[in-house]
Amino acid sequence: MSAAIDRSRRRFLAVALSASGALLVGVRFARGADEDLPAELLGDDLTEVGPFVRIERDNRVVIGARACEIGQGVMTSLPMLIAEELDVDWSQVRVIQLPYGYIETDKGPSNRYGDQGAGGSTNIPDGWKELREAGATARWLLVQAAAQEWNLPAEKLRTESGQVIAPDGRKLTYGALARSAAAIDPPAEPPPLKTPEQFHIIGKPTRVADARDIVTGRSRFGIDAYFAGALTAVMLRCPLLDGTLDTLDDSEARRVAGVRDVIRIQGPKPDEPFAAQLADGVAVLADNTWAAIKGRDALKVTWKQGPWAKESTSALAAKANELLDRNEDGVVVRREGDMDKARKTSRYRVQARYEMPFLAHATMEPPGALIELKQDSALLIASLQSPGGASEMISRMTGIARSAIDIRMTRAGGGFGRRLENDFVAEAVLIAKAVGKPVKLMWTRDDDLQHDFYRPFGVHALSATLDRHKHVTGWSHYCAATPRPYRENGRKRRIFDGCLEPDDFPAGLVANLDKTFFSVPSGMPRGWWRAPIHNFHAFSVQSFVDEIAIATKQDAVKLRLEMLGEPRLIPYSGHGGPNFDTGRLANVLSICADKIGWNAKRDDGHGLGIACHFTFGGYAAHAFEVSVARGEVIFHRAICVADIGRVVNPLGAEAQMMGGTIDAVSAALHLAITVKDGEVQQKNFPDYPLLKMAQAPQSVEVHLVDSTAEPSGAGEIGVPSAAPALANAIHAATTVRVRKLPIMPELKRML
Amino acid sequence: MQSQPERHAPAAPKPHAAAPPAPLAITVNGKPYEHGGDPTMPLLWFLRDTLRLTGTKFGCGVGACGACTVLVDGKAARSCLLPMQNAAGHQVTTIEGLADDSLHPVQQAWIDEDVPQCGYCQAGQIIAAIDLLERKPKPSDEDISTISNLCRCGTYPRIRRAIQRAAEAMQASKK
Repeated sequence: MSAAIDRSRRRFLAVALSASGALLVGVRFARGADEDLPAELLGDDLTEVGPFVRIERDNRVVIGARACEIGQGVMTSLPMLIAEELDVDWSQVRVIQLPYGYIETDKGPSNRYGDQGAGGSTNIPDGWKELREAGATARWLLVQAAAQEWNLPAEKLRTESGQVIAPDGRKLTYGALARSAAAIDPPAEPPPLKTPEQFHIIGKPTRVADARDIVTGRSRFGIDAYFAGALTAVMLRCPLLDGTLDTLDDSEARRVAGVRDVIRIQGPKPDEPFAAQLADGVAVLADNTWAAIKGRDALKVTWKQGPWAKESTSALAAKANELLDRNEDGVVVRREGDMDKARKTSRYRVQARYEMPFLAHATMEPPGALIELKQDSALLIASLQSPGGASEMISRMTGIARSAIDIRMTRAGGGFGRRLENDFVAEAVLIAKAVGKPVKLMWTRDDDLQHDFYRPFGVHALSATLDRHKHVTGWSHYCAATPRPYRENGRKRRIFDGCLEPDDFPAGLVANLDKTFFSVPSGMPRGWWRAPIHNFHAFSVQSFVDEIAIATKQDAVKLRLEMLGEPRLIPYSGHGGPNFDTGRLANVLSICADKIGWNAKRDDGHGLGIACHFTFGGYAAHAFEVSVARGEVIFHRAICVADIGRVVNPLGAEAQMMGGTIDAVSAALHLAITVKDGEVQQKNFPDYPLLKMAQAPQSVEVHLVDSTAEPSGAGEIGVPSAAPALANAIHAATTVRVRKLPIMPELKRML
Repeated sequence: MQSQPERHAPAAPKPHAAAPPAPLAITVNGKPYEHGGDPTMPLLWFLRDTLRLTGTKFGCGVGACGACTVLVDGKAARSCLLPMQNAAGHQVTTIEGLADDSLHPVQQAWIDEDVPQCGYCQAGQIIAAIDLLERKPKPSDEDISTISNLCRCGTYPRIRRAIQRAAEAMQASKK
């Protein structure tokens, strides 16, 4: 019963009328004109919906949230964009999570909702235009319906709070118009969007849309999915990098009450890509989680070392430093001017090395997946960041057509980049195939810390030259790291991608520049960790600027401002480009300095530290006031100033900056994944101690710049400048310069 | 070479060798239940896998993160470390049992202060806050700092504000 759709349109809106007479509007991107919107999917109980907007005849409005909610707030902020243009009151809106929207079109695979993945802080920039257009189109249809009803020109009508209003004051609710609106052809072009002065939802502090479900325990995360007849699986994976199972005695495990089966899962060979499961191991299947865990504990196994038996963090650090010392065969990342000449003619030279450890993601909800495989179809329920990747993987592993793979998205208990990988989905597929039953795969915390795609390990050697006026004339940034590109399936990346950013500050701002990368071989799987690259890149760069300032007796804020120079756009090839606006970075830095009282004299033993960074289209500066007592860092103040363009949800953006700051502080102070004899040494939170409330800043003062620039994402920009600002503050308080993360062990060693 | 030490409680007597244990009686959110399975099963898995009360979360299995915190006879307890044989005979309240028609003041404060981000740890945080306010109706910052539940999203400052807000609401309702 869907309305006719103009096939000539390059990009069109899908409109349909559900069985119960609700208007449904969504955006589609390819020419899927032959594909009717599956209104029959909808049912009447709202458990499954197709498009973005559903208006019930009783004027209730349901808006679908398309992206993976991993804590970045998109289940609230994206529906706000739709509701704004639809012109309803937020209080009328009920938000539901949309499932994965794979569709096949004559141009190939597409998604009826657009991009649903969570990564790179792209949900808001991606949705900014198209989701507002979806809302505007729904509103347009409703206005047309009212125009027909009253026999008035549509231009004479206005809307407010879910009603269409005639010049004489007559009103029709959207609900009353839904049925007739659904019979109207959508406009050839998206209707005009509101001007910012007309916004009544965008820019207003809005609480988490499904907060009530969260605080009453009704929210469903991936781990909360159950399936009739499913067995619970827990795996014992080889703890040795690329090691293999040598001997297995599962007789005791099989005698544990509730254990149903024990099966082998082969890991990838050391020269194969990490295209599916990550490690060699054994899966125990049981009636419930506890029986599976007990069964796993009862396994008797021995492992064989792989090719990385000698890998250790100390050896990696030694290798990285050796490569930097030898300075041969580096990959040139960006080189300008003549750094050697700059060194010879300089008045001042400063250099320092920084070491950053592997990090695990440690999402509060460990990875896991519930999967049912049938002959020609599959169902996956899991906490995901890349549902498209999961769909591809399941199809590749089973031969099931992607259109027959039903992926239900849930709230995810954190993501931070861990769930961009779908290795846990692959394991669930393998196990389900082997046992011929639906399987719920559970990961425990030791699984999670020992089998992650870790933030790369690296040593960054920075040096700068300054002339007699103390202007920075040359900058070199040599990075020796375990490259992020490692055993990827068909991905083309440059070897330094993910470790050294060519255009990061101060590239383009100094005449002589040399950025060079050296590969440190490692068997550790590597991945993306919240604000990837930038979370360690900024630590080295922004700590180093502080060191330059101190070594040459300059003010650390003034030096940064001077290096940034006149406000201008400089080309930026990294994610969040194409430009880096030096003026916006200088602005957040200046505000931050002002808020912390940078220029005030102090004699209280507290130290101030500051840093700033641009990435992913956003600009941020952090400042901390700390003291160090009894071997602990005490936070007196924490400030985060961010310019993320126009802010969709100030309350949510503030939460991201506050949380990003604390997350960064947590990692910087305490967290490291280390390797010894080819084995990750951390096993649970006691040896991977996320920050506790007592250790965290009591508050983070967040200031969002009032900007009319295009919105950027907020999930990651709160991270990068926090760690260097903290290290700079600790130096100011103690004169101890921490150049190796995590801070606390180093600080205790050096104090 | 096996690298998974001290992960869980010591192994129970081999169940295949023992007679089926008598069912254990437990009260959850005011309703009586029986557990006829492994008496060493932690309460967490009984709540989740058996009763499908999934608001109580699994995070670490070693009592370190607090995602599994429930009230046992009104006091906060890590349900991942509490075997059913020890939980039996006690009154358990989970996040699902806090509210009937109206929310508990702590739940309401959590909404008002917009605490949750990913939301996963929040049930445990709310239960820990209720336990704290039971003992310290006017908590100081130091009192709040005793809550050791982990949150990787970094919601701690808003948790602090929500606890203070709930404390005020609970004081006001007593007057």
